[in-house]
Amino acid sequence: MMLLPCPNCGARNVSEFRYVGEAKTRPDPTTATPQEWRRHLYLHRNPAGWTRETWYHGSGCRRYFAIERNTVDNAVRTAGATS
Amino acid sequence: MSRKEHDDGAGRSRRRPRYSAWSLVRHGLGVGRDWERAFRHHTPRESYDVVIVGGGVHGLATAHYLAVNHGITNVAVLEKSYIGSGGSGRNTAILRSNYLTPEGVRFYDRSVKLYEHLAADLNFNVMFSQRGHMTLAHNDSSLRTMHWRAEVNKLQGVDSSVIDPPEIKKLVPYLDVSPSTRYPILGALYHPPGGIIRHDAVVWGYARSADAHGVHIHQKTEVVGIDVVANRVTGVRTADGRRISAPVVVNCTAGWSTLISDMAGVAMPVQTFPLQAAVTEPVRPFLDTVVVSGTLHTYVSQTDRGELVFGASVDPFASYSTRGSLDFVEGLAGHVLELMPALSKMRLLRQWAGLCDMTPDYSPIMGLTPVEGFYVDVGWGTYGFKAGPVSGEAMAACIANGKPPEIIAAFGLDRFDEGRLVGEKGAAAVGH
Repeated sequence: MMLLPCPNCGARNVSEFRYVGEAKTRPDPTTATPQEWRRHLYLHRNPAGWTRETWYHGSGCRRYFAIERNTVDNAVRTAGATS
Repeated sequence: MSRKEHDDGAGRSRRRPRYSAWSLVRHGLGVGRDWERAFRHHTPRESYDVVIVGGGVHGLATAHYLAVNHGITNVAVLEKSYIGSGGSGRNTAILRSNYLTPEGVRFYDRSVKLYEHLAADLNFNVMFSQRGHMTLAHNDSSLRTMHWRAEVNKLQGVDSSVIDPPEIKKLVPYLDVSPSTRYPILGALYHPPGGIIRHDAVVWGYARSADAHGVHIHQKTEVVGIDVVANRVTGVRTADGRRISAPVVVNCTAGWSTLISDMAGVAMPVQTFPLQAAVTEPVRPFLDTVVVSGTLHTYVSQTDRGELVFGASVDPFASYSTRGSLDFVEGLAGHVLELMPALSKMRLLRQWAGLCDMTPDYSPIMGLTPVEGFYVDVGWGTYGFKAGPVSGEAMAACIANGKPPEIIAAFGLDRFDEGRLVGEKGAAAVGH
């Protein structure tokens, strides 16, 4: 079983959460070109190792939060909440 | 002829004894020498014309077709583990061509056609069993997609049709087609040419043939760097400290395709997800069709040895971990019993995971990259194995001619910048 530390609810089973993806900065909608949007949507760092990503606690507090996870062994450590 | 019989180390082809029923009897009776090794071990050269990173079905097929179709034999296949240790040995060995887009259908159909006479082409028994492939529809929208796929398939000359529950029951008596289940079966897309194959044999067959044509296969040779000078590939560096120069480097990896492309400075629209599968103890033959349910995220087939092979969709989050999870087994067991309640006493033997490089549109990324001489054949998601032969053939043509052939023209890396996606999610997401 894999546990994720929700900043609100504490450690919960990973099946309670939805994976949103790598934490990225959204391009500015007023100035971004279609190509910049596509790169934002399609390109990922996809590292083998620690990465900062966004998860959603759908079956709990329904908050989005950031977490750091090692993609090789799925170890997790906390990062600051995004909002 | 005698020159051909011996490896002179210069990559020339050599004649090797053919596998046949007669050779089996001869060796069975102990006449003649031991079986010859299927492929040889070489010391890496300092340079090759083409270096292929990844010794799976894609890399080895590319090497085979480079040699056979284009006469390019000064080729090395670098594999960080043993050949077929990645996706090629971890998939559920299902072949089919009933995709959704005309580009996809044409492409995968060419692959099935190549698989149909692969055993003869490679002189290697790959045990292709075209037993029929059935994708179940549990709701109106998936039934509509099935009709859509059937029509696209027929237009491309692929045998595919929608069948109703009584016909499904006739083909697979163990399926629960009653309307009282949680996800009633409303119909199915039936694809008679689909089936299963022995995936290891495909890898070994390509390796044996490529080796016979002079290709060097280097196992336990991990690529740790790709040298690019003035936007042009010049070679690779390996974990054991070698530098191998080559004007052409091909990324044929699955799971690690982002990391290999990063070495050449090429960003990939890829995310790596594990996909888990499991196999049961062997039982008597009762299932001679591949049964797939997209809604229930599962597919079932029975191997020639009698084991049931189950697969799922990719795990819900990106990872390079190939550990199995209890969540998967629980979900799988529930879904399989939903389809075939009679299997409740079956015991699982083992589960495993393979890495799938998912692209935004569920189509692969093949062909040239912004770095000259660096080619990719990646982003194979959950459908890479079935495309092995056609990918090898197309990548070989792409390398030999310096431009992608028509059959893979739609799958270029540039499509993501230009927004020309080839959306195959409707047919590729689970339906193996």
